[in-house]
Amino acid sequence: MVNIAVLVKQVPDTNSKIQISGDRVDLSSVKMDISPYDEFAVENALQHKESTGGTVSAITVGGAAADKVLKGVKALGVDNIIRLDYDGFMDSNGLQSIIAEEIIAGGYDIVYCGKSAADTGAGSTGPGIAERLGWASVSNATEVKFADALTVSYPTEGGDAIVSLNLPAVVSCDKGSIKVRKSNVKGIMMAKKAQVDVKAVSPPAASVTVVSQVMPPAKPAGKKFEGASSAQTVAQLLRDEANII
Amino acid sequence: MTETIVIAELSKGEINNTTNELVSAANLLGNSCTVVVPCTDSSVADKAGKISGVSKVIAAKSSVFENYDAAAWAEAIDSVAPSGIVVTSASAQSKDLAARLAARRTISVVQDVIAIEDGKLSTPIYSGKAIQNVSVNGDSVVSIRANTFAPADDSGSCDVQVIDTTGNVTTALQEMVQRASERLDVSEANIIISGGRGMGTPANFSHLENIADKLGAAVGASRAAVDTWDEIPHSMQVGQTGKTVNPNLYIAVGISGAIQHLAGMRSSKYIVAINKDADAPIFQHADYGIVATWEDALPVLSSSLSDLLA
Ligand SMILES: Cc1cc2nc3c(=O)[nH]c(=O)nc-3n(C[C@H](O)[C@H](O)[C@H](O)COP(=O)(O)OP(=O)(O)OC[C@H]3O[C@@H](n4cnc5c(N)ncnc54)[C@H](O)[C@@H]3O)c2cc1C
Repeated sequence: MVNIAVLVKQVPDTNSKIQISGDRVDLSSVKMDISPYDEFAVENALQHKESTGGTVSAITVGGAAADKVLKGVKALGVDNIIRLDYDGFMDSNGLQSIIAEEIIAGGYDIVYCGKSAADTGAGSTGPGIAERLGWASVSNATEVKFADALTVSYPTEGGDAIVSLNLPAVVSCDKGSIKVRKSNVKGIMMAKKAQVDVKAVSPPAASVTVVSQVMPPAKPAGKKFEGASSAQTVAQLLRDEANII
Repeated sequence: MTETIVIAELSKGEINNTTNELVSAANLLGNSCTVVVPCTDSSVADKAGKISGVSKVIAAKSSVFENYDAAAWAEAIDSVAPSGIVVTSASAQSKDLAARLAARRTISVVQDVIAIEDGKLSTPIYSGKAIQNVSVNGDSVVSIRANTFAPADDSGSCDVQVIDTTGNVTTALQEMVQRASERLDVSEANIIISGGRGMGTPANFSHLENIADKLGAAVGASRAAVDTWDEIPHSMQVGQTGKTVNPNLYIAVGISGAIQHLAGMRSSKYIVAINKDADAPIFQHADYGIVATWEDALPVLSSSLSDLLA
């Protein structure tokens, strides 16, 4: 029986407008949702369980508001939902150390996560916890085949690498060709009643400090031309003004 | 003295120009820059010795560098350069390595840095909808977006020290599936021409390929194109759930400019949009917009480029 963990994170819906108030992003009126790549991680975790047997535990880090994302994946069929209770800023060292502790405490054999979270875009968590645990890892996996050892594909400069890796391991998931399942009414009802296992954590002091969050510098307005013949003008501008061709 | 360690970025077995950009960034973070070149053959490292602003080059020589294995690479690199601020590129592979190198030393990693000012690091957050500025206390690992720092020139001269190293390989490469086309991948290209649902059929992407061939460009796609047509693989997708690209020129054809598409390409230096709808959101982000159907505009663009490049 494989003990499977999947890391999920709540982030602003990718459609949302991001606003700044003072020198911080203001998310108070933004709709939150599961980070898109985490959906592929959850799907891989569930398929892993279905093909070899086991249990799937979804783990998130956040305050009580993050329970929503856990309920969402519970409705898809994960067995346990766990929240590491911490609402403040953590740097990558703090975040990875509390997750790695939880992975050891839970006795997991495999961790799935998204290739990066839609808020930071960093993609550090998967490989970072693997290093702390002394485990193998593959990042940006586009296809996973489940057996005693996993067979994982991921894109490289030279083409798609297909590697095998033994458990314990961490796999961070990209989109690939996997289709993610949707929850049904029964799952949603069950998830409503499910208990979130809330755990206290104490991350090490951060060495990274957020100084400010600002809007990206506005781009000067571009030039817009009507009609196909303007393509010639644009080609000329790419040479004379942009110095690209 | 603040020491920095630049991990050289290689492509096709050679140190590439991104490494010169990494040296520039490193010299904004410290004042003594060592370049570590992961290699199986130490002669590859000679090129790093010519980059100005480098005080030392270490050719980290090991058979583990034949194929990428995150655990083994981190171990082998860490053992030749165990201290200092580490600077890598923000390619997919190097971000993975950066995270491992940081975790190995229980320090933090700051990914996708696009600017460094007074020791403060700027990174895009929320897919570039905002910028976060951070300061770091002590050593960290920093990955740098390609194409954002001016490259250091090649007028330096510095000896190469060869150090044999090794690491414990944890994954076994079974197969390398070559890409179907010889064309550059969008994540490697300086110029990208992408098609969206407005291309109508996947066969019409041949018109984009025609222009890509002229410019040495890669061909990309929107998610609508990837999801609608089996012939357009996910590896071509640019955006939130595709690749994040940062080329000198991005040409969007028949792409509306949805926020999730912008997430992957908004930091391109120049953006050209071809769309028949004058109100398409992509035009708000385009340096040069052409309001026309691609059927009409691409032949003109193609022949104008031929004239210019002749
Ligand atoms: C969680 C999430 C993640 C997503 N991730 C991505 C992602 O990674 N990448 C991505 O691209 N999208 C992504 N999307 C989808 C995104 O929201 C849009 O649906 C998608 O980008 C639209 O693609 P499109 O511009 O090709 O198609 P459309 O929006 O249908 O636009 C087609 C455009 O073509 C123009 N057109 C039509 N015919 C012609 C013609 N003959 N000549 C010229 N122009 C013509 C039209 O005017 C229109 O502007 C994501 C969405 C979600 C919810």
